Amino acid sequence: MKIAYNYAFFDEGSKREIRRATLKAIAIPGYQVPFASREMPIARGWGTGGLQLTLSLIGKSDVLKVIDQGSDESVNAVSIKRLIQATTDVAITDETKEATLLQSRHRIPEVPLQENQILVLQVPIPEPLRWIEASEYATKRLHADREYSGAWLMLFEQIMKHGHISTGADHPVEINDRYVMAPSPIPRFDNPKLHMSKALILLGAGREKKIYAVPPYTKVVSLAFEDYPFEPEDFSDKVCRLCGSKGVYMDELVDEAGIAYYQCNDASYCLQALNQSDKQTEVMG
Amino acid sequence: MESYEIPVLAVKGLRKQYGDGCSYCSGPKKEGLERNFCPQCGTVYACQDISFEVYEGEILGVVGESGSGKSTMMSCLYFDQEATDGEVYISGYEEGKSNILRQSRQQRRYIKNHLMGIVYQNPEKGLKMDFSAIGNIAEKLIAAGHRNVSAMETRGKALLQHVNIPLFRIKDIPRNFSGGMQQRVQIAKALSNNPPILLLDEVTTGLDLSVQANVLDLIKGLQRELGISIVVVSHDLAVIRMLADRTIVMLNGKVVEEGLTDQILEDPQHPYTQQLVHSLL
Ligand SMILES: Nc1ncnc2c1ncn2[C@@H]1O[C@H](COP(=O)(O)OP(=O)(O)O)[C@@H](O)[C@H]1O
Ligand SMILES: [Mg+2]
Ligand SMILES: [Zn+2]
Repeated sequence: MKIAYNYAFFDEGSKREIRRATLKAIAIPGYQVPFASREMPIARGWGTGGLQLTLSLIGKSDVLKVIDQGSDESVNAVSIKRLIQATTDVAITDETKEATLLQSRHRIPEVPLQENQILVLQVPIPEPLRWIEASEYATKRLHADREYSGAWLMLFEQIMKHGHISTGADHPVEINDRYVMAPSPIPRFDNPKLHMSKALILLGAGREKKIYAVPPYTKVVSLAFEDYPFEPEDFSDKVCRLCGSKGVYMDELVDEAGIAYYQCNDASYCLQALNQSDKQTEVMG
Repeated sequence: MESYEIPVLAVKGLRKQYGDGCSYCSGPKKEGLERNFCPQCGTVYACQDISFEVYEGEILGVVGESGSGKSTMMSCLYFDQEATDGEVYISGYEEGKSNILRQSRQQRRYIKNHLMGIVYQNPEKGLKMDFSAIGNIAEKLIAAGHRNVSAMETRGKALLQHVNIPLFRIKDIPRNFSGGMQQRVQIAKALSNNPPILLLDEVTTGLDLSVQANVLDLIKGLQRELGISIVVVSHDLAVIRMLADRTIVMLNGKVVEEGLTDQILEDPQHPYTQQLVHSLL
């Protein structure tokens, strides 16, 4: 039996509603626009916010890439791709530069994004002040007043406790000299990629029913103190054991002998680099 | 005119009511009220036409029984609640010429972050109980625009030591502190930006007597040393007697008597004040 779905799963009215929220989000960089988050055939918290954005935007000529913590092949990424493909028939790619629409959890790809691309990030907790203030009413007022002491206080506490800023991921940013925003749980390493990004970046939180955006070529600054500047994770002295790349975000792994080694977190980047170096050795050999 | 004659804080006709009022209670004299509320419509007139001035380096006492409107008045001054009506001027803001109650939300935030400090009876209201003591001080510094960790740490340490919090506890959370220590952290926080005005609402209520004396001594010392102007609110005339140069007496949301503290104690005019003074003796 074949179930008749509308193109891209949603009815056109739903897609329009999400796109209206998206347009508003683009018009006010970093402002969290509420939207009527829909029931999805995957559980909330598994990227439904991102998925709804993707489905509202996708067209027949799009080329889609979905990654989960740097992997195109994780169960989660694969099931999202399956759902989208079943209702759209769009082409799927692993290669960042071929994609027009990218949905990602916890990473911005290593290959720099371009103007013809849209990156959709999945967000669990869109409110950067939630840690400090439980009430939504109160955080809305704080944003309206541009009162972000709480976000700074969180960093100050980390320094008092650990001697340094210890945000593993989701390090808050100020966007367009106005809103403080949660960049989703990307590593600090990826924060600088938000600044003046050529691609439109959209962030969707399904459970919290919020959409927000980093429009192309927008100033994005990671919060930091005068004497404790923002520092991304440093991999400058690490080399990927598989492809030999340097200067990208690495996973630390441990081999059978208990010795740590490093590997590109962005699997498709790693594979590409590997192919590249194979070609080079062929030419030379 | 000499400069000490310009009040640091001037409050004129401050009113705060809970409810819309009705034809029975809305007249200018509010004669139908029972204590502070209207028996017809239930509107509470928590503060009615409160006026006073505080001068540089002065401690003004506000005394009155529970429910007389003291905390409501303080929270209106600190913008925790919006006053229904009235004017408040502070010399540190636009030379005391603008009614601070009518400023934008941003301006009001500026005023409370730079020009005022408050200590609440309940430390849960003034502190983040699960943040370090020094983080609580930093919060107010950050809100006033500071972005240098070392400078804030130095300032926070100095303030906390000043209020007798031992150095080895400054990274502990106030939730693990005694009541007296929590109040001292609140005081340090309130003082962090050197505000010209400090608001103290029942700071010692609920503390053991010996701890109370200790906190009162601290306040007295700070006032002498910093020349800060303080409004100190208490239901306890003994606290007021110890701290305040001048005192206003509140009853049912109104000021019923005002004068030098010594004078009020020696020769109370209003029957309610007389009762208060007699119960003290
Ligand atoms: N949110 C509120 N709604 C209605 N009445 C209130 C509210 N807050 C305070 N009141 C009333 O206002 C009056 C003054 O209260 P308060 O300022 O707390 O007095 P005090 O601090 O002198 O004990 C009391 O009658 C109190 O019940
Ligand atoms: Mg009170
Ligand atoms: Zn009435």
